[in-house]
This record gives sequence, structure tokens and C-alpha cells, in this order.
Amino acid sequence: MASEPGGLTEYIQHHLTHLVPHASKEGFWAVHLDSVAVSLVLGVLFCFWFWLKARKATAGVPSKGQAFVEIVLEFVDGQVKDVFHGDRRVLGPLALTVFVWVFLMNAMDLLPVDLLPWITEKFGIGHFRAVPTADINMTFAMSITVFLLIIVYSFKAKGFGGYMHELFTAPFGKHPALWIPNFALNLVELLSKPVSLAMRLFGNMYAGELVFMLIAGLFSAGAGLAGWALYGAGIIGYTVWGIFHILIISIQAFIFMVLTIVYISMAHDHH
Amino acid sequence: MDFNATLIGEMIAFAILIWFCVQFIWPHINKAIEERQIKIAEGLSAAERAHAELKAADTKVADEVRKARQQASEIIDKAQQQANGILDKARADAIAEINRLKAVAQDDIAAMAQQAREQLRERVGALAVQGASKIVQREVDASTHKALLDQLAAEI
Repeated sequence: MASEPGGLTEYIQHHLTHLVPHASKEGFWAVHLDSVAVSLVLGVLFCFWFWLKARKATAGVPSKGQAFVEIVLEFVDGQVKDVFHGDRRVLGPLALTVFVWVFLMNAMDLLPVDLLPWITEKFGIGHFRAVPTADINMTFAMSITVFLLIIVYSFKAKGFGGYMHELFTAPFGKHPALWIPNFALNLVELLSKPVSLAMRLFGNMYAGELVFMLIAGLFSAGAGLAGWALYGAGIIGYTVWGIFHILIISIQAFIFMVLTIVYISMAHDHH
Repeated sequence: MDFNATLIGEMIAFAILIWFCVQFIWPHINKAIEERQIKIAEGLSAAERAHAELKAADTKVADEVRKARQQASEIIDKAQQQANGILDKARADAIAEINRLKAVAQDDIAAMAQQAREQLRERVGALAVQGASKIVQREVDASTHKALLDQLAAEI
């Protein structure tokens, strides 16, 4: 593909283009169908998988599938229990969903970067990005949801008056002259949470995807013996980056989950 | 986008990645799963064992209690029997003694009656001799007529 006019740049450009309903649609209404489809499929897959195991769960010796689900569940619940000291009936499942869903979406990065586009092209779809978490819309969708939950939990734990009091009097003090600085600081703190949450995940996954594409460029970078050498280097590089990426996708899913828990438990606790 | 060597290279790398997962990542997860299964199985079997042991102990206790109760009732029965035996024996002894004493008394009475009869007979004999001698107005030698008098007494 790099041999086509435009070379590697066009190859990457091509791969970084989202699937939209009509090429004519631009801006706000250019919905990224690929992100929506892949995230939905993975979400449904996760729900169905865990529902199946939960439905067949026994109090006796678990099957391997049930044991795996239990291990994941216990791991997530342990993380929530460490940070959040309250009713875990909402936050526990939320953390589980965030962790498994983000992990599955990140894991799409491990698929060969040309595989899904190649398949979709057979059905006449030219652009297809397989990793929803490398789409900033997806990560912001999740982080803004978390942000709304932070607000809801703040009101629930402290009441309207209590929360307003905290926004205007912490961290400097109660003096009316300090209300504005306090509020400004709290606003920055509050708004930085969803932004950092979304940008961290997006940045990691986008960069990871880009590195995969750059390495994939090696496959068609040369001709003759040098070409074959580069081809071999491409395979090695692609594999090594893939193995390293297993770590990254796990860590990013874990960080997103832990920060979600931390933010919500901070909202829940009194200062 | 055309199918070309890029996709093949990526697929080879992907295959190696899968192999890596199968070789180095999945075994760890599998080990954790199996350890968990073993732990749960052991816990369950231990609980079951404890349950069975408790049940066995319960039946043993019930058995012992039943046995003790039976023994106690046996002892009571035996004691009652013994008491009855002693009472029966005492009653029999008493009756035997009474009978013996009654027999002795009857013998005594019979002997005394015999004696009295004999004495009476002798006295009657003597009275008869006395009467006869008064009638004949002469002394009758008692020794001469002793045989006659004895016969008379015996007839009385």
C-alpha cells in the first residue's frame, strides 16, 4: 500500500479515517459508525458472556469459565472495596463494566491493523477503524458519563447546599473574598477529571494504533533483498509491539477503572 | 484497498502473538483458575466431611443415650425381680415357720390330751376300785386284782 501514490502517509491517513454514514456528512453529524458498531458488539458480547456464566453459576466447584469470571469479578470488587467505603451495588458493576469493556475495546488493537478493513472492504466499506478507544468520541463518552456520576454522587452524598458550600469554601477558607478563587480552583479540578480520563486512554490507544501502522509500513517499504529484510523486521517489530501492547491495553483498562472508582469515591466522601 | 503482503505480514505477526499468549499468558490464568477450583473443591469437601462427622457424632451420642437408658431399665427390672424374690422367700419362710409351730403346738396338745386321758383313766380305775371295795365292804387287794382293774380301766 505504501507503494501507492502518497505512500505511507496515505496508508496511515486511510487507516485513520472513520466510517461515517455519508461522505457528504461532516462535522457534528458524521457519526463514527465503526466505533459505535465495534463498541456495541463488544459490550453485548461482554454482557452476554458474563450473564451466561452468572446464570449457570453454582455454589459448588465452578467450571473454568465461571472461575475466570469470578476471578475478574473479585479483582474488580477488591479494587472498589479498597477505595470506596460505601454501598458497592452500583459502583461495583460500573467498575466491572468499565474494566472489561475498555479492555475488550483496547484488545481490538491486537488484531492485524489491516484485517477488519480488508474484510469490510469486501462489503464495500472503505474505511473501518477497529479500536473504539482510539476514537476520542468514545473515550469522552465514557469519561463524561463518569463526570455526570461524579456530580450525581456529590449531590447525593452532600446535598445541594453541602456541595455548593464545598465548592466555594474549600480548599482556602470561608472568607467571602476567597469564594471566587475557591470556585475557580474546584472547577478546574472537576473539569480536569473527565478530560484527563478521556485523553489518557485515547492518547495511549491512538499512539499504539499509529505505531502498528508505522510498523506495517515496513512490510512494503523496500524491494528485493532489502525488501525481504524489512519484511522480516516488520514481522518481528509487529510481534514485539503486540506483546508489549498486551501490557498497555490491560494497564489502560485498569487505570480507567481505578480512576473512575477514585473520582466517584472522592465525590462520595466529605472533605 | 487491495489484499497484499502487508496483511500477510500482519497475520504472521498476529499468529506469533496468539502463540505467545497461548504459551506464556494463558497458562498463568489457567493456573489461577485451576487453583481456585481446587481451593473451592477442598473447602466444600472439608465442609461436607465436617458435616458427616457431626452427623456420626450425633448418632453415636443418641446410640449411647439409648443404650444407657436400656441398661438403666434393665437394672431397675432386675432390682424389682430381686425385691420380689426376697419378699416371696420371706413370705414362704414365714408360712413354713407358722406351719411348723402349728404342728408342734398340735403335737403338744395331742400329747397333753393323751396324758390327761391316761391320768383320767388311772383315776377312774382307782375310783372304781375304791367304789368296789366300799361296796363289798372289805378290802380288796389291789395287787391281786390288778389285772382285772387294768382291764376295767382300759375298757373305760
